[in-house]
Amino acid sequence: MKYMDKSIEELHEMLVKGDVTSDELVKESLERSHEIQDKCNAFVTILDDAKGCEVTDNLLSGIPYGVKDNYSTKGILSTGSSNTLKDYVPFFDATAIVNLNKAGAIKVNKTAMDEFGMGGTGTTGHTGVQLNPWDRTRICAGSSSGSAAAVAAGVYPYALGSDTGDSIRKPAAYCGIVGYKPTYGMISRYGLFPFASSLDHCGVLTRSVRDAAIVVNTMKGIDPNDMTSWDSSKMDLLGSCTGDVKGMKLCYVKEICDIENYPNASHELKEHLENFKKTIELARNIGMEVDEVSVDRKLLNAVFSVYRVIHSAEATSNMSNLTGIIFGPRGEGDNYIDMIKDHRTKGFSPLIKRRFVIGSYVLQKENQERYFKNAQRARRMIVDTWKNLYKKYDAVLCPVGVGPAKKFTELDLKQDINTMSLDEHLQVGNFGGFPSITIPNGFVSNLPVGINITGNCYEDEKVLNIAYALESAMDYKGQVVKEVK
Amino acid sequence: MTKYLAKIGLEMHCEMSETNSKVFSSSRNSYESTPNCNISAVDMAFPGILPVVNKEAVKKALMISMILKCSQPEFFYFERKNYYYPDLPKGFQITQETKPIPAGIYGEVEFECGDEIKKVRVNNFHLEEDAASLDHFYSTSNIDYNRAGVPLMELVTEPDFHSASEAVAFLEHMRSVYQYAGVSEADTKKGQIRCDVNVSLMDASLDESDPNNWGTKVEIKNVNSFGGVRDSINYEIERQTELLENGGVIEQETRRWDEESQSTIHMRSKADAIDYKYFVEPNIPKYKISKEWLEEIRNSIPELAMDRKKKYIDKFGLSSYDAGVLVKEKAISDYYEECVELGIDAKVASNWVTVNIVGELNKEDKSISEFYITPSMLKQITDALATGILSSKQAKEVFFKAIENNKEPKNFISKENAQISDKDELTRIICEIMDNSSTQIEQYKAGKTNLFDYFVGQVMKNTRGKANPVMTKEIITDELNKR
Repeated sequence: MKYMDKSIEELHEMLVKGDVTSDELVKESLERSHEIQDKCNAFVTILDDAKGCEVTDNLLSGIPYGVKDNYSTKGILSTGSSNTLKDYVPFFDATAIVNLNKAGAIKVNKTAMDEFGMGGTGTTGHTGVQLNPWDRTRICAGSSSGSAAAVAAGVYPYALGSDTGDSIRKPAAYCGIVGYKPTYGMISRYGLFPFASSLDHCGVLTRSVRDAAIVVNTMKGIDPNDMTSWDSSKMDLLGSCTGDVKGMKLCYVKEICDIENYPNASHELKEHLENFKKTIELARNIGMEVDEVSVDRKLLNAVFSVYRVIHSAEATSNMSNLTGIIFGPRGEGDNYIDMIKDHRTKGFSPLIKRRFVIGSYVLQKENQERYFKNAQRARRMIVDTWKNLYKKYDAVLCPVGVGPAKKFTELDLKQDINTMSLDEHLQVGNFGGFPSITIPNGFVSNLPVGINITGNCYEDEKVLNIAYALESAMDYKGQVVKEVK
Repeated sequence: MTKYLAKIGLEMHCEMSETNSKVFSSSRNSYESTPNCNISAVDMAFPGILPVVNKEAVKKALMISMILKCSQPEFFYFERKNYYYPDLPKGFQITQETKPIPAGIYGEVEFECGDEIKKVRVNNFHLEEDAASLDHFYSTSNIDYNRAGVPLMELVTEPDFHSASEAVAFLEHMRSVYQYAGVSEADTKKGQIRCDVNVSLMDASLDESDPNNWGTKVEIKNVNSFGGVRDSINYEIERQTELLENGGVIEQETRRWDEESQSTIHMRSKADAIDYKYFVEPNIPKYKISKEWLEEIRNSIPELAMDRKKKYIDKFGLSSYDAGVLVKEKAISDYYEECVELGIDAKVASNWVTVNIVGELNKEDKSISEFYITPSMLKQITDALATGILSSKQAKEVFFKAIENNKEPKNFISKENAQISDKDELTRIICEIMDNSSTQIEQYKAGKTNLFDYFVGQVMKNTRGKANPVMTKEIITDELNKR
């Protein structure tokens, strides 16, 4: 019997009825963890001594889950998949973890990721690359690569992720599952290793919209330790999943979604966008209006650069605490400068170092106006454009990525400048702190692809309900990789 | 020296000691000699921590900003100042630059310098966090994180001072402001005040109001005592004068004050200036400062030293000197005010505090909070003095006996040793003495007037010093005239 393929609500019912015990679930989840570790290298740590617990009214009680390794977990190794923290065992839990602990949720592993969330391929972590369980020659995308692989492979019904550009929502699409980041500040970031503070979001990867609602309902809440958090106690995310979407208005951006934008489109891209069109038809069939809207292409083309400039700047500052003096392996050297240099030279992957250089460059006095400040201005313009759309529309629909997951062998290929805005548009959700969810919407070349729904700030309930309605009209809810080959 | 005019500016850092917790964390804000006992994950920048602004610290900073006659911002922001140093756990300091507007901008302060009132313009005033403290040994350094995250106020003046005395007078004034406002102990011994000083020399014959006439500025970092400020400014003026006199050119540079050699030493030149890559702290949302809150803060500004001094002179009739002594330290002024409130005559209380108490404190190197005699105990003495139970000599004796024995003065004031102020009784005693001193009376009448003291002495001997001296003198005069 495979329990871990089931949804949270199914498992809860079985636990309450006594059809299965929490211990049995944990045992299965741990066995699956080892299997998927062997096949996909999805974890930094597997918590072999995890135990079941008492089942309460809380839907999450007694059910195993995974934690991305950039969440601070008390007494449990938390590396952020970086050599700079390879032996770091925190003495405090992230607020989201505290909330899940209270609910009786059971951590069974810490999932591997791109180092500190930087990178979108699941290849930069200090424990090696994560393989896509659908096809192990392909990437999961990142940075929540381990979480996505594990949920897709049925290790447990959900795993925590974090999302600074698209780090939950893209791997979710590539692994055929649901990835949700709520409005900025709904879940406290206290205890999340920072990447770019103004863009960082906590969130979750699941196999259904309802499961995502259940988990975030538990993770969220105003936190005295995070000044950017806000009171969402009146928001019932699960209750909002009614499926009643009649009269809702959606839109999609022509400059991103129209195949005419891509004269050299690959077969997969064509199929992907065709599939997107089908989902739009589906949305109309279940009672929503869907319009095509136009957004200045210059603005869309700026998204990637704006994202790169802002996140690099914030990251280089945020990670200045990684010196190896207070925690992390102490570097060698005759003075503190050499010690810090040694620690950071040995500790960081080349990708991160590159972004630190960019970050420092754009913050320098003589460059700040031209790069950092302009990026902030452009960010504001992009967010305003989206907010304008939300005056008329309940949400913006978009296909995720340019097709299914790439092969590892394709990673070195230069990014196609023409499809950049299609590949990078999810970052708009981080610019504005918008609630944003990816759900699977079919297959291209036998590999899963996804669609993204992004709404206005504080309208998480609406966004989840739209996602729930679309999910219910399709056949991909709860899908698990049948066999990881 | 008259050839050059020195222009001096100060960056005065003062820890805000009077908040319960640190400026961005919930650790206790308290000076401790035991290292690393007031620390938390936030102070040591463990991964995942976030700053939470201490509203009380913001309130106090805004209060100082008002006292400095600065403008207050509409929104409160913080910024990151990025640099690596072992005392800076996050690798950046959360501070405020001049843009967006910090806690205060463009103010003016009046302060006493000798007998003159001087003015200095304030460029800006901001709230930030202190760094950890470092102890350097031969081959290692120790880091104490108690200080990391302690609220720190930075006051930046325009280069309006012209001498070391002016700069030091201003620092003393500000120390008093911080103490009176209830914001900081402002204790240099605890390292709570630290200064950066900048000095430039200009041709004294030129117009000072035109910045083009100013000389090149040299900054002196990390001067940690008022004496150091005085000495480093004087040293720098001398050094620069000599350089200019010998045809040299002043380079824009940063130097440091070396206590040991009593000189400034080159640290870095302008070309090596650090780029701190400031940007707005993303984890602290901008905070709207309401007009109501500002008004509430304005109304809660306590009486400052200059206000009290004025009151002491105008209302209590004290001399400017005594009033100055009383307000120099807030704790002493508070003690004095309590005395007056208890009903001790303002001038009497002033005499006791400025002479006996301050003298005793200086002698014992104690602070008034450690002093045994409280204002209500002092009142026991002054009451007895007023009613004539004690002579002023006895009062002083009681004062010292109380300190010596740690016993309330009333234990040493009794009817038995009370002063004799009964006129009949004194007259009886004096008559008895005179009856036995006919020779002395004759001599006195014959012109030996200094024998008056002989009679006083006899009375004191007879009463073991308890006779009321004023009354004694009156009665003796009367009796001598009668005979």
